Amino acid sequence: MIDTTSAPLTGPQGPKPRKPFSRRNIFLYGTLITIALFYALPLYVMFVTSLKGMPEIRLGNVFSPPLEVTFQPWVKAWSEACTGLTCNGLSTGFWNSVQITIPSVILSIIIASVNGYALSNWKFKGADAFFTILIFGAFIPYQVMLYPIVIMLREVGLYGSLGGLVLVHTVFGMPILTLLFRNYFTSLPEELFKAARVDGAGFWAIYAKVMVPMSLPIFTVAVILQVTGIWNDFLFGVVYTSPDNYPMTVSLNNIVNSTQGVKEYNVNMAATILTGLVPLSIYFVSGRLFVRGIAAGAVKG
Amino acid sequence: MQNSVEIKNLDLQFGAVKVLQNLNLEIGKGEFLVLLGSSGCGKSTLLNCIAGLLDVSGGQIHINDRNVTWAEPSDRGIGMVFQSYALYPQMTVEGNLSFGLKNAKLPKPEIAKRIKHASEVLQIEPLLKRKPAALSGGQRQRVAIGRALVRDVDVFLFDEPLSNLDAKLRADLRVEIKRLHHKLQNTMIYVTHDQIEAMTLADRIAIMRGGQIMQLGSPDEIYGQPINKYVADFIGSPSMNFLEGNIKNGTFEMGELSIPLDGYEFGDTGAATEGAATMGIRPEHVVTGELVESTPFQVDVEVNLIEPTGSDTLVDCEVAGHHFRVRMDGQSRVSVGEKLRLGFAPARASLFDAKTELRL
Repeated sequence: MIDTTSAPLTGPQGPKPRKPFSRRNIFLYGTLITIALFYALPLYVMFVTSLKGMPEIRLGNVFSPPLEVTFQPWVKAWSEACTGLTCNGLSTGFWNSVQITIPSVILSIIIASVNGYALSNWKFKGADAFFTILIFGAFIPYQVMLYPIVIMLREVGLYGSLGGLVLVHTVFGMPILTLLFRNYFTSLPEELFKAARVDGAGFWAIYAKVMVPMSLPIFTVAVILQVTGIWNDFLFGVVYTSPDNYPMTVSLNNIVNSTQGVKEYNVNMAATILTGLVPLSIYFVSGRLFVRGIAAGAVKG
Repeated sequence: MQNSVEIKNLDLQFGAVKVLQNLNLEIGKGEFLVLLGSSGCGKSTLLNCIAGLLDVSGGQIHINDRNVTWAEPSDRGIGMVFQSYALYPQMTVEGNLSFGLKNAKLPKPEIAKRIKHASEVLQIEPLLKRKPAALSGGQRQRVAIGRALVRDVDVFLFDEPLSNLDAKLRADLRVEIKRLHHKLQNTMIYVTHDQIEAMTLADRIAIMRGGQIMQLGSPDEIYGQPINKYVADFIGSPSMNFLEGNIKNGTFEMGELSIPLDGYEFGDTGAATEGAATMGIRPEHVVTGELVESTPFQVDVEVNLIEPTGSDTLVDCEVAGHHFRVRMDGQSRVSVGEKLRLGFAPARASLFDAKTELRL
């Protein structure tokens, strides 16, 4: 071995020292903490209010934690709160939303992923024109299509049913999801597709056995987008369904805006949190999946 | 010799761009053909046409006396190895090898037999249960070759298979591919831009440029008798020295120097053509030291620059105003500014017409 030691060093050496309370750090973390508090505070107020009884709320201490914890408002919001004539709480709306969201998400993602796959790998005549038209669809305001769709649904006998709303959500998810999937599949190495063709796999076999297993990250993104979008939808829900089939968002609105009796703030807060719980849990669950998906997808060929 | 692959009047164009033009090529059974060219010359495109991954605009492709111009890639009796390996990342090595066979609906015992055979040949048996991510570059490329091997096909297509590997591994795998070819005796078509790979592997090399084949011949022919100046310049590293001059009365005249052309084998014309010409001489065909006395042509030069590479020393100098490089033994001691006496035999040189750049 060559002797590589030399005389003791003088002057700056090794990692540069950093002060924990430099002006830069104070500014950076100060801003972050302030913004975090700004967003967290309403959630906190909602949560503590939902656990208080009405007499305690009338005292007006909005920020103080409940003196006497009660879950009655939650129970009431779920199963007893009145919307107009019926008093079933949010539960009916919740199950309606589940029946709307699950088929819409699955259908729209399956169709859009096949669309994106065909557009990126099997260039057919007019593929680019088709894609342009589809993307253009994403820029048309919903309001323009609201009434024509009412007529179309009425003509095919789906107006007011859950099926009709599922159809509308599936169609409206198409442009953005197709774009998402097309761009993802285009980014996968083309040689994989070629190799699969040499191996004798056809359109569906390549899709199911080569492309889909590599696409966990983009499917996760699509699920997040669709679940939150469809669950939080109010406009389509109120326009295309009948009162029996109202989704949870519409029920929530009806409970909170009911004009009869006393405003029950604790029940309203509990109902709002209940409605937001599904998108919230989707973020928590799929956030981890998302990271894992990216790690698995990072290995290319 | 029976032909394994025949390409007849092949045309390919993307819109107005003609990528391949009226290309004809016949590849014999068991032959190792290398398509060599710089990027954008159409060599990979040609391979994709043979594989059926690109639709041709005109002409025919025959594999094993069967017209496969319209056939699906999987029905052509070919196996293909890609530059990026293109292994299916979510399948194990075994899954990768069996994917094509399962698509062909082969019975399970047959699939197992073929995988066993291929993994023995390529020595990847211990890796069968692993995913591609857990393999090194060399191992991945072996699996990619295995995927072509299990298909039990007559023609192997390689699309720059070694370009993603480091230099040492590339040299090792090159030898392995050659060994594999000796063992299997399959027809192999191999695309590369690396001339060392081409020279070492090929039975015949096709040099491509602008969608056409410039020269098709054995590595010896390509190296020794390049058909035009482009091929001469492309093959060989360091590249050939070119001297501009005139041919007159059987000598090559260049300013004050005149090089006798005795022993040079002229092409079709059989005799010296008069007029402007370019002489090409490879750096390794120039001799120095005591050997100079035995050469028909000698010249004195001054050393401008030296590049020692260990095994050789490359010397930069000037001959009659032209940049000239000489390859000397790595042991030779030369220094910049030194006077050196060079000599070479015109019989080993190449002469090209100055206008058409074709070999004389």
